[in-house]
Amino acid sequence: MSELQEYFGETHNMVRNTVRKFVDREIRPFVDQWEEQGEFPRELYRKAGDAGILGIGFPEAYGGSGGDLFHKIAAVEELMRCGSAGVVAGLGSLDISIPPILSLGTEEQKVRFVRPVLRGDRISALGVTEPNAGSDVAGIQTKAVRQGDHYVVNGSKMYITSGARANQLTCAVRTGGKSYRGISFLVIESDTPGYSVSEKLRKMGWWASDTAQIFFDECKVPAQNLLGREGQGFYGIMENFQAERLQLSVMANMTAQIALEESVRYSREREAFGRPISGFQVTRHKLADMATLVEASREFVYRVAAKIDAGKNQVKEISMAKNFACMVSDRVTYDAVQIHGGAGYMREYLVERLYRDNRILSIGGGTQEIMKEIISKHILGK
Amino acid sequence: MNIVVCIKQVPDTETQIKIASDNKSIVTDDIKWVMNPYDEFGVEEALRLKEKFGGEVTVVGLGPKRVTESLRTALAMGADKAVLITDDALEGSDSLAVAKALAAAIKDLEYDLIFTGQRGVDDDMGVAGASLAELLGIPHVALAVKVEVAEDGKSVKVHRPVEGQTLVIESGLPVLITAQKGLNEPRYASLPGIMKAKKKPLDEKSLSDLGLDSAQFGQEGRKVKVLELTPPPERAAGKIVEGETPQEKAAELARLLHEEAKVI
Ligand SMILES: Cc1cc2nc3c(=O)[nH]c(=O)nc-3n(C[C@H](O)[C@H](O)[C@H](O)COP(=O)(O)OP(=O)(O)OC[C@H]3O[C@@H](n4cnc5c(N)ncnc54)[C@H](O)[C@@H]3O)c2cc1C
Repeated sequence: MSELQEYFGETHNMVRNTVRKFVDREIRPFVDQWEEQGEFPRELYRKAGDAGILGIGFPEAYGGSGGDLFHKIAAVEELMRCGSAGVVAGLGSLDISIPPILSLGTEEQKVRFVRPVLRGDRISALGVTEPNAGSDVAGIQTKAVRQGDHYVVNGSKMYITSGARANQLTCAVRTGGKSYRGISFLVIESDTPGYSVSEKLRKMGWWASDTAQIFFDECKVPAQNLLGREGQGFYGIMENFQAERLQLSVMANMTAQIALEESVRYSREREAFGRPISGFQVTRHKLADMATLVEASREFVYRVAAKIDAGKNQVKEISMAKNFACMVSDRVTYDAVQIHGGAGYMREYLVERLYRDNRILSIGGGTQEIMKEIISKHILGK
Repeated sequence: MNIVVCIKQVPDTETQIKIASDNKSIVTDDIKWVMNPYDEFGVEEALRLKEKFGGEVTVVGLGPKRVTESLRTALAMGADKAVLITDDALEGSDSLAVAKALAAAIKDLEYDLIFTGQRGVDDDMGVAGASLAELLGIPHVALAVKVEVAEDGKSVKVHRPVEGQTLVIESGLPVLITAQKGLNEPRYASLPGIMKAKKKPLDEKSLSDLGLDSAQFGQEGRKVKVLELTPPPERAAGKIVEGETPQEKAAELARLLHEEAKVI
């Protein structure tokens, strides 16, 4: 017999234990309240920073905790156990906004914009989407015009996770011509004159995560906040998508996993026609299908993650994995509510939240349709 | 200041415990094992004292190989080295036998303080710490919620809550202190700490390494025998107090508490 090949080893399990303990102590007791309030306390960033959780997957040289992709996955999986994907998305806005700084930024920029965020002292968000450009990233219109040692920025960013209270925005702007080659990344600090923020946007799900629109009106951003060179923004955005899509895939799998567990439990407890509903073959078979889908999706995502971790190009595969994981979580959260009957429609039951929170996963980080565009280009050629 | 902390691995408090078919033990298949929470307070306190006074923190665990993970967690939190007492003959030992093995492993270490949890959250016996102190011939102070080591590092004051008051006990060193909830808020094992822990020394000792006779351990060696495990009784359904007005409900509640529950 050969040894079972595992993705997670002892250090991964220890990370899991740390995050589980953190969730039990700092998040779970308050999570329902935060969901209703529409945000979690800022202090949670600091606590997660102190515990080294925010830094997982980032280099120690800039205040990160190091680790490989599976340390990150273990941490996200355990965070999702808190039952609020909104909390995970809010804490996780740094995971999409810090990597461009690390891959394009100077030493000085990394020290200034990465360290305080991984410590939890400052909140970082990513600004790509605009009112008139989402999937069509190359079509963004927010303009940055160089004037001496500043860029003057005009425009707006839409649906920005952690946008309501972010201290800094890794922001895609147009510094050049109309094509994707005219896009650059600026780090814009929220106290820059001309930077303003909408009310928190009211959403279907992710209630504990603040989402906002951000406006730039003659916003004067120091030229030294440019990441890399002018025109490198589009490349930075595309590179960043891999990790975001992986993270969203893991979130989809956990959403489905928890919905499945809740359904197994409920179907044992709930009685109808004189027996537990788990006694009906329709329910049993539904649960069997749910479990099968969750298992297949999880294994697929782990495999793709292992290849990414080994440095292989997985643009097609991660697009497939995200779509597959979201298809599974769509189906499983739907069935979980169905198994719960009327209770599944009530806020008191976790599956109600899972069902709502799930909906964003096949839209954010590239829609299902955009994933299919990518996959089809890979299999058909342009 | 050199400090030893004893660590037990116990089922996660969220685990659904199932009684095994022998009615004397529990099913261990699906259990998630964690460091006994009271021991974690001990580890944290030891680390804080080390940060103040210097010295080394050694963690000592006993049990099957899986206990390594709890020891590594303590190393990841900041302890310096670990000893695991592991031997098939230990399976099923009672607390006194455990204390004997711990004493054998600890007696040759240099220590000023020993921490254990005030009890394990699994068997709730609460005797290993006291027995260990007795076997080592050192004083034992139980249920600490505050530990103040004198600036000269020669004595310690231990606070213990008693019926809403605080008892402060002073002792010379070395001393064994059992940790209670409230002593501190244990730190998290961070990923950099976890990676460093992989390189810290972890010694494994069998009973014969410690010069002990395996006949005194395991089921055979037990002074305390478990006769039977039974699940707690199912909770009876609650009662809803009837009444039209708050006054009526309060009166009815008072009557029930007096006549049925007989608590007032
Ligand atoms: C809760 C939440 C948080 C978010 N957080 C952030 C954030 O932090 N930062 C950020 O920059 N953005 C964020 N977004 C925005 C998100 O990335 C976009 O909503 C997403 O990329 C889709 O863009 P859009 O909304 O403009 O939709 P559109 O691009 O207008 O798409 C509308 C529909 O048309 C389809 N479509 C578009 N183009 C094509 C095509 N070529 N072929 C086929 N179908 C097509 C889409 O798939 C979709 O079904 C967030 C969104 C939400 C809801």
